[in-house]
Amino acid sequence: MTLTLIIVLVVLAVVLWGFYISWRASRLDRLHNRVEAARTALDLAMVRRSSASYELASSGLLDPATSLLLADAVRRAKDAGPAERDLAESDLTRALRASFGQPGFRKEIEASDGAAELVAEVDAAAQQVFIARKFYNDVAARTIDARRRPLARVFRLAGSAKQPEFFEMDDALPDGDGSG
Amino acid sequence: MKIGIVCPYSWAVPGGVQQHVRDLAEALIGLGHEISVITPADDDQPLPAYVVPAGRAVPVPYNGSVARLAFGPLSANRVRRWLKDGAFDVLHVHEPTVPSLSLLACWVASGPIVATVHTAMRRSRVLLATQPVMRSALEKIDGRIAVSEAARTTLVEHLGGDAVLIPNGVATRRYRHAEPLDGWPGPGGVIGFLGRMEEPRKGLAVLLKAFEILAPERPDLRLLVAGPGDADAQRHKLPEALRERAVFLGEVNEEEKVRALHSVDVFCSPNTGGESFGIVTAEAMAAGVPIVASDIEAFRQVLRDGRAGELFATGDPAGLARAVRGLLDDPARRAELTVAALAAVADYDWEVVAREVLSVYETVVLGRTTVGVAP
Repeated sequence: MTLTLIIVLVVLAVVLWGFYISWRASRLDRLHNRVEAARTALDLAMVRRSSASYELASSGLLDPATSLLLADAVRRAKDAGPAERDLAESDLTRALRASFGQPGFRKEIEASDGAAELVAEVDAAAQQVFIARKFYNDVAARTIDARRRPLARVFRLAGSAKQPEFFEMDDALPDGDGSG
Repeated sequence: MKIGIVCPYSWAVPGGVQQHVRDLAEALIGLGHEISVITPADDDQPLPAYVVPAGRAVPVPYNGSVARLAFGPLSANRVRRWLKDGAFDVLHVHEPTVPSLSLLACWVASGPIVATVHTAMRRSRVLLATQPVMRSALEKIDGRIAVSEAARTTLVEHLGGDAVLIPNGVATRRYRHAEPLDGWPGPGGVIGFLGRMEEPRKGLAVLLKAFEILAPERPDLRLLVAGPGDADAQRHKLPEALRERAVFLGEVNEEEKVRALHSVDVFCSPNTGGESFGIVTAEAMAAGVPIVASDIEAFRQVLRDGRAGELFATGDPAGLARAVRGLLDDPARRAELTVAALAAVADYDWEVVAREVLSVYETVVLGRTTVGVAP
């Protein structure tokens, strides 16, 4: 009688524990999926920022020196391999900040036809990069943390999913105060 | 002539283009012309009378490194005002393909424009990318100058058309007089070398071998080496007993360089190739130091086939040792070479270069109005 009860309890415990582990595994799987989604969003945001910057650079509304600086930074960001992507994107941020930060830049450009939309698009895209990177690093941090747990390590709950890496770059916005 | 010159890089930062602009402006002033140079510079920075500051340069990533450049509407306005006030006969921009003042000047100016290209660049897609605005600015250039064959090739590829080749000058006056470094040259004789230590074509290895031959016969002879590189690695190429007699200064600034040249009895250019002109050798000539150089074409030319300096067979340490020995033992010959070298290097002086640049100006202003601001 007591033996049967013990067996039943042990089996129950094992089953519950199994459920718990599989729940942990699927949670880790979900986290990895979210990392991937967040990374795609970040990539899209960076592409949008490059395109917007390029359009502004080739609009003929800027002085040629600023145009050339921006176009150079965009080209470098587009040509960069995965290893130097962060550096190239940071350089684009700095080129944008230097250009937009020039005294009289906004006043001068917003006086010309069609310029306001181009500048607004760059601002919006830069804001999006800023947000997308925050979200990506946030989910990457939680995933790394979850993978580090003893249970996840012992049972290899992460499977073959690669450990996510933080994406570090300078993405402080052109105005520096977050107002875009 | 009234000439407006545009320098794209910060005046306060040392650099080849800035030095070129300074030397050219001063040579032109020396020839009696009226010069105004506009350059990125802080408003409160002390500047020569002929320099107009265009505001602070901003550090910005460009072409793979961080450059200090001036761009944007404020800089454009300052250039515009400078052009209006200056009423120049000719506008001379330097490095017009760099996103800074020179490009802005081309954009806002009308009238005769001369451009000098200094550095060779890889053909980049950028110039094609921003074609319309860049092209309309660069198309206004009437006369192009390149300071080297490599720079000329860049120009031809990027902008089409051709360019006149006018190499950098030597500011002979800056080299003529200087105090030797403290404790130099000393009684036992000094051999000097200037250049990147690790670059094999600069030939330091040949000189070290020659020093090994000469040092035992002259107990107080010393070696003075200036230039960037790993001094310890070079010192260890010498036998241990000689290491103390070789002094490596490392990288030196302009002032130290001139002082170093005045600290040696014989200057050595042991290059094994790769020189198209030999600016360092010419600078040593301007300092009046007797020279021993390898007989590569560039040195043959600048040293007048050996009349303005001793030549030895390229790469031959024994030949180099023999030539140095001959000069150290013969003060009269050294004095003779100094006189000959000073006379020969005068041909490469900035004044000569400035006259060549002037003839470019004179060509582009023919039948043109003065420089103004484009509508």
